[in-house]
Amino acid sequence: MSDEIPLAPLPDKPATKYSTPQAPETPPRRGFFSGAASIAIGALIGVVPTAAGLATLFDPLRRKGSGAKLLRVASLDTLPTSGEPRAFPILADYVDAWNRLPNQPIGTVYLRRLPGTDKVEAFNATCPHAGCMVSFKPERNQFQCPCHTSAFEADGSRVMPCVSPRDLDGLKCEVRKEEGQPVVYVAFENFYSGMHEKKAKA
Amino acid sequence: MRALLDWLDDRTGIRELLHEALYERIPGHARWRYVWGSTLVFAFTVQLITGVFLWMSYSPSSQTAWESVYYIQNEMWGGWLLRGIHHFMAQAMIVLLALHLLQVVIDGAYRAPREVNFWLGLILMKIVLGLSLTGYLLPWDQKGYWATRVATNLMSLVPFVGTDIQRVVVGGADYGHHTLTRFFALHAGVLPGLLIFFLVLHIAIFRRHGIHAKDPKKGVETTFWPDQVLKDSVACLAVLLVVLFFVVRPALFGAQVGEHPGHLLGAELGAPADPANQYSAARPEWYFLFLFQFLKYFPGDKEIYGALVIPGLLMLGLALMPIVGRWKLGHRFNVLYILMLLLGAGALTGVAWYDDNMARFETNVPVLATDAKRKESQGYLEAVADAEQQTHRALELASAPSGIPPAGAVSLMRRDPMTEGPRLFARYCASCHSHTNPQGVGIKAPESSAPNLYGFASRQWIARVLDPAHVGGPEMFGNTKHKEGDMVTFVRDTLAKEDKAQVAKVVAALSAEAALPEQAAADKRDAAQITEGRELVAKLSCTDCHKYNDEGSLGTAPDLTDYGSEEWLTEFISNPAHERFYGDRNDRMPAFADGDEPTRHTIWAHDLRLLVMWLRGDWYRAEGK
Repeated sequence: MSDEIPLAPLPDKPATKYSTPQAPETPPRRGFFSGAASIAIGALIGVVPTAAGLATLFDPLRRKGSGAKLLRVASLDTLPTSGEPRAFPILADYVDAWNRLPNQPIGTVYLRRLPGTDKVEAFNATCPHAGCMVSFKPERNQFQCPCHTSAFEADGSRVMPCVSPRDLDGLKCEVRKEEGQPVVYVAFENFYSGMHEKKAKA
Repeated sequence: MRALLDWLDDRTGIRELLHEALYERIPGHARWRYVWGSTLVFAFTVQLITGVFLWMSYSPSSQTAWESVYYIQNEMWGGWLLRGIHHFMAQAMIVLLALHLLQVVIDGAYRAPREVNFWLGLILMKIVLGLSLTGYLLPWDQKGYWATRVATNLMSLVPFVGTDIQRVVVGGADYGHHTLTRFFALHAGVLPGLLIFFLVLHIAIFRRHGIHAKDPKKGVETTFWPDQVLKDSVACLAVLLVVLFFVVRPALFGAQVGEHPGHLLGAELGAPADPANQYSAARPEWYFLFLFQFLKYFPGDKEIYGALVIPGLLMLGLALMPIVGRWKLGHRFNVLYILMLLLGAGALTGVAWYDDNMARFETNVPVLATDAKRKESQGYLEAVADAEQQTHRALELASAPSGIPPAGAVSLMRRDPMTEGPRLFARYCASCHSHTNPQGVGIKAPESSAPNLYGFASRQWIARVLDPAHVGGPEMFGNTKHKEGDMVTFVRDTLAKEDKAQVAKVVAALSAEAALPEQAAADKRDAAQITEGRELVAKLSCTDCHKYNDEGSLGTAPDLTDYGSEEWLTEFISNPAHERFYGDRNDRMPAFADGDEPTRHTIWAHDLRLLVMWLRGDWYRAEGK
């Protein structure tokens, strides 16, 4: 390339004793064996450190999620009898790699007391579309996601057309009597977003 | 000097190397249209330099990421400048990439023999996009956290292995320490390494084929040095100036920077990431907004088309350009394709922006706006305002003399009455009580059926209790069973006849019982009046029903001793039907924390304390505020 350029020619270089040595004109024999052997050794010495690294890279695949935990969330009296859902934080021990943090907010649920009963429905507040957090808008009586416009009725069903592939994720919950006080327990878990079926992040 | 150069050249061949680098042919003379590649190399170099320095101060873990970035931005010399350059140069790089690609396509520079180099360019583009995506998470603020969560959630859409990919990238089932270490390794190690590798190939192959001259006959043939180098450096200087403009923009528009330039200049840093705290203002960086908007058009299980399939096909269309370009009309098709792509992305970005911001305007674009969308926009703008408030508060708390504890800045926020109070009030109190200031701003109960608690126990609040015009009104006891009770009757019939100045002293004295932080100066100033007021409490026959210090007795009305103090209010909320408070005259207010078993309380001790402190206006304030 550069030899085509007439504009700034290189000065003629006198040969010195350190100029680049030339390769022999005929390649040595037994080239196949040496070549194959060096490729095999090269692959081996490359694989060992890489494999060691890949093991840690894929380590998260064997870690189990916390699974569903039955947790005390709120006393029934805090839920409005009108059937309006109300948000509550879920407090539980949270493990983040090497840290175990007691009593952390690990998620949010919406609890809804069915009007005229002591029955309660619970929803994970995470939108099943892309994982933003929905919030309940009393003036429209709907859950709304702040990201991609999905909306859900107070009972968790989708307002169609909806970008979410499924209704809000319901959670198992029960009302227990504790010293005469009704208390709501929720089996809290998270699910993968974006898919039709409800798959727990276990 | 010459001898030294000869010596070096003999051992390295440096002259030939330099010669090859600098004297590349440029047929048709140096031109401005050739600068884009060089500006990209410049931008990347700036990112390497600033990135390495940021690396020296950054700490990737969920308890230190935000904190170290806060420290860089606000405490270290020039930290805001360093972050600002890195942040805005990343965005400049995206713009330059688009221009470079556009110019290559328009000039037909993807055609033989340059196909492979075109594909290398596309790979480089993907790497740069990967760098910006991974970089967005690293400050671990609310915006980056929630926006990146959406991006990684989309990975689960990949058939069969999607959830596994997501888990490996995120470093577990949830976001945490290992999400940061992984994203940081990608951002500072893997991706820049790949970028350098592909960039070397890209430039080597570019040199092999020489520049794709637009019109080789246009001017005198020249070489890269010095004609094109000059044009390239001027373009790089322009890029740098634009970036610096964005870094210091607030100061140019009259913002008072003062002692804390990091609070205003450089790159933004939101409130620390909080997985439990709703963040409704999350948006990706502006250059990903079109993808964000695109997702809104794919209902239900068609999401994969919007997130992966169609963007993938469009990328494939780009990659096929060198092949399509062989046909007669292929080049025109390619130019049209890239223009439509950019136009489409631009339009989607515009719609995304308008969807979010339409509530700012009085009139709407009729096709785009509906009432529902307008409300959503309103909600988004409120969320942005709320996020700004939290950002401001996070800065205030982090820069307090007590500093950031080892548990991280998010623990400061969770322990902050000013941040948590309104949420707790909305959750536990707002079905009956409002908390709105005289202008009506604050938390409104849907059907206010109990006193408005704004400024509880302050002089203004107690003055309203003792004001015949207000005591039975909807802001006080008007919607409770005490509406026609002894207190309302007493205030209207008896207290109304008393001397106003005397009542004011009682107000001051009772309010002083609460020892509200915001009233400390006034309480100190009016100590004499307060002492008089204390005497008057009994004289005006308050103690006929209320207990107050040694006078009166419990059982008929709330104890006025320490009225509104932290201890008093905590006990009151715990059980208002206790004989110290309303006893059996209590209206509908439940006992929120009665009994010895803390796990059975409606409101937990930690939250109750924050709620009480918030009601009393008792939170950290930076000096001079």
